[in-house]
Amino acid sequence: MESIKDRVAIVGMGCTKFGENWDKSAEDMLVDAAYEAFEDASIEPKDIQAAWFGTTRMGTAEPLATALKLDYIPVTRVENLCATATEAVRNACFGIASGAYDIVLAIGVEKLKDQGMGGLGTVTGAGGNGTLEWGMSAAMFFARMATRYMNHYGLNYDEFKQILAKISVKNHYNGSLNPRAHFQREITEEQAINAPIICWPLGLYDACGVSDGSAAAILCRADMAKNFRDDYVLIKGLGLAVGARQGYLQSGYDMVHMEETVRASQQAYNMAGIREPFKEIDLAEVHDCFSITELVTMEDLGFCPRGKAPEYVEAGTFALDGELAVNPDGGLKSFGHPIGASGLRMIYEIYKQMQGKAGPRQRKNPTLGLTHNFGLNPGSGIGSVTILGPRD
Amino acid sequence: MAGIVSYGAYVPLRRLGPGTEGWNLPGEKAVANWDEDSLTMAVAAAIDCLGDIDRSTVDGLYFASTTPPYMEKLAATTTGWAADLRTDILTTDCTDSLRSGTTALRLAVDTVNAGSAKRLLVTSADLRMATPRGGLDNNLGDGAAALLLGDTDVIATIEDSYSVSNEILDMWRVSGSKYIRSWEDRFVYEEGYLKILPEAVTRFLEKCGIKVKDINKAVFYAPDLRRHRQMGNLLGFKPEQIQESFLDRMGNTGSAFSLMLLVAALEDAAPGDRILLASYGDGADVYLLQATDKITAIKGRRGMKHNLSSKMLMRSYDEYLAYREFAASDPEKPGGASASVIHRERDAIYALHGVKCRICGTLQYPPQRVCTGCQAKDNFEPVRFSDKKGKVFTYTLKYSGDIPAFARPIVDTMVDFEGGGRAIFGMTDMIADKVKAGMDVEMSFRTLGTGGGIRNYSWRCMPPRDSWLPEEMG
Repeated sequence: MESIKDRVAIVGMGCTKFGENWDKSAEDMLVDAAYEAFEDASIEPKDIQAAWFGTTRMGTAEPLATALKLDYIPVTRVENLCATATEAVRNACFGIASGAYDIVLAIGVEKLKDQGMGGLGTVTGAGGNGTLEWGMSAAMFFARMATRYMNHYGLNYDEFKQILAKISVKNHYNGSLNPRAHFQREITEEQAINAPIICWPLGLYDACGVSDGSAAAILCRADMAKNFRDDYVLIKGLGLAVGARQGYLQSGYDMVHMEETVRASQQAYNMAGIREPFKEIDLAEVHDCFSITELVTMEDLGFCPRGKAPEYVEAGTFALDGELAVNPDGGLKSFGHPIGASGLRMIYEIYKQMQGKAGPRQRKNPTLGLTHNFGLNPGSGIGSVTILGPRD
Repeated sequence: MAGIVSYGAYVPLRRLGPGTEGWNLPGEKAVANWDEDSLTMAVAAAIDCLGDIDRSTVDGLYFASTTPPYMEKLAATTTGWAADLRTDILTTDCTDSLRSGTTALRLAVDTVNAGSAKRLLVTSADLRMATPRGGLDNNLGDGAAALLLGDTDVIATIEDSYSVSNEILDMWRVSGSKYIRSWEDRFVYEEGYLKILPEAVTRFLEKCGIKVKDINKAVFYAPDLRRHRQMGNLLGFKPEQIQESFLDRMGNTGSAFSLMLLVAALEDAAPGDRILLASYGDGADVYLLQATDKITAIKGRRGMKHNLSSKMLMRSYDEYLAYREFAASDPEKPGGASASVIHRERDAIYALHGVKCRICGTLQYPPQRVCTGCQAKDNFEPVRFSDKKGKVFTYTLKYSGDIPAFARPIVDTMVDFEGGGRAIFGMTDMIADKVKAGMDVEMSFRTLGTGGGIRNYSWRCMPPRDSWLPEEMG
């Protein structure tokens, strides 16, 4: 098995404003994100040799080719739930690392707001058979982990809700500094704690919103990258782990961690040569679909010991000016979660931070950056971790 | 000779009674939760009845009710599947009469006596409705009984029986209507109940050569407390000979009523006791039973005592009406279950079968092809989880706006079973605020509603029913 560390570079990126883009179709957003990336890389659309197209709602590869009027090049539609956009990048990396292509497009889009969608992962009806007649929702899945976390570590509801609130407050603050975010207003801990309960113990402000958006990356062979720009960004590590319902089938599974994130990060750290993630990584864009997800992810990624994430959160370790900035762009909390676009939106922030172009959110000389997605639910998920770094 | 081998009962947890807003009658009556129907109650009674009896010894199941879930399609097959009986058994539904419970009993006795079956389970359940606040609904209660008939190990022999058929429109429900109707009271009782039942009992006792004083306990149907007292007097029984009717504690449970009272009589019976059972509806069925020495050996049944004593008072009559309206809501609404999925997964869905890996021993639900523990392929034995106890490992309370107010929040749980195995279940018959990680639960067969014309059944977890018992009984 060969590592692809430092073999693939990102030389251009684009990202639309995320939000209720009533005036934009999925195709409009694809064009906006792709052309920003083309311009950023100083290339023409015809320079693209192949494309990977991430979306969960559009069934085929054709809408991307049609939107961009690609000239009979290979387009592959990829889907891996919340890791969909990252999967477009990962597979694009393989296309380049294999030598098959020199320069490719990875792009993701989701147009959720045309579907009357009120909340994430809502499945109505019991189907063939289900446990609940009013459907399942993502909030339920992550609330199970939240309840378990409280019980496992002996936290009472009030102290636990305050920790979760600090995560939401931090991400909304970061989002307030980001013109591309869906929600750009700060919130208070009191607002977060007192918000209506969606799935106990999770309330409205523990959850991310539903948005439209698209993001794109131009990837090329690392040895060609300097032809496009000096401040290109390198792929250092990739990891993907898919659960097999271990958490549902095995009574020993503790439900206070997401094994898929642990395994995916191990793959990515090994590839990138990272031994001490907390010390070596400067900023991370993680999957904060719910506040509890970010809390547990801090432990799963090895940023802190098991059970210690609340202390780290309390200490402000993961704030924009903390030791390891987590969700510096505002996260899913501020951007919402257009499923097929989120992974590339995260990479977009790391890319801009590496180039010193993150405006008021800019970290000082960032070294390694990490992006993380978690699809499906605790107990059986899809964990995806990508490590990015500046050129040597 | 055929006799009763075991008994079981089910009375839903909820009661309308003093303290229920909008309910102004002195007594209590038992009412089904919104996720219950006659079939789910029959399953609960059947499982109570079967206890630790080897379920593969049961050769048949009769389901009796005036309110079966389907007009075309047996409830007995679903009940049998949920009770995890064999499939090479005799199943049928006995419907359309208040007497259907005791008629099913007669059919079962004859089946066993004819040698067609060694053991046969009779279940009877009803969830009848009348126009809300129309008077006729005052006494209606919900519940179920189950009796296992057999020719060995009997706790009570069935000495003799007698039936009469009577053509009369006294109480009825026309096809397509959800509410029962009746003719005027004086006709109904004077030409019907108060005339037919005493005649049948008198003729039966003459036929058996038995006097009223020889009966230790008289179990008989009555639509309400007043008529129950009246019938006792008409038949000439002393108060101590008469089985309590529970009409002021659970109401009139229709076709299940007489059999539920019989279960109560059997709970208190001593060896040698003679029990008279008389039920009414389109005629009458009368039985003479005698308890054997084995009557005292039967243990661990929830029966009528625990079922009646473990209860939850409903907040309001309107909430009760919302349950019933929801249960009867448009069966054509979308979001229904898939008949082919239910069929394919019926062991998992109805019998709550999981699997145990023959290699590493890991218990898993639902059944898997490849083991989650050791990845061995297709090397499992089935395991029934429905009678296992468990603990809530984690849970959430879901408050979304599409959930009707009476059911909000719904409780979603991850349950770890005693002895291994884990699964996700909705929780029923709980108080949401009192749900805790680590709490004990047991399983209960319920409906998930009706959609696409299909009644969707599934197991839920719930706090142990006995946890509702008053302290002195618990």
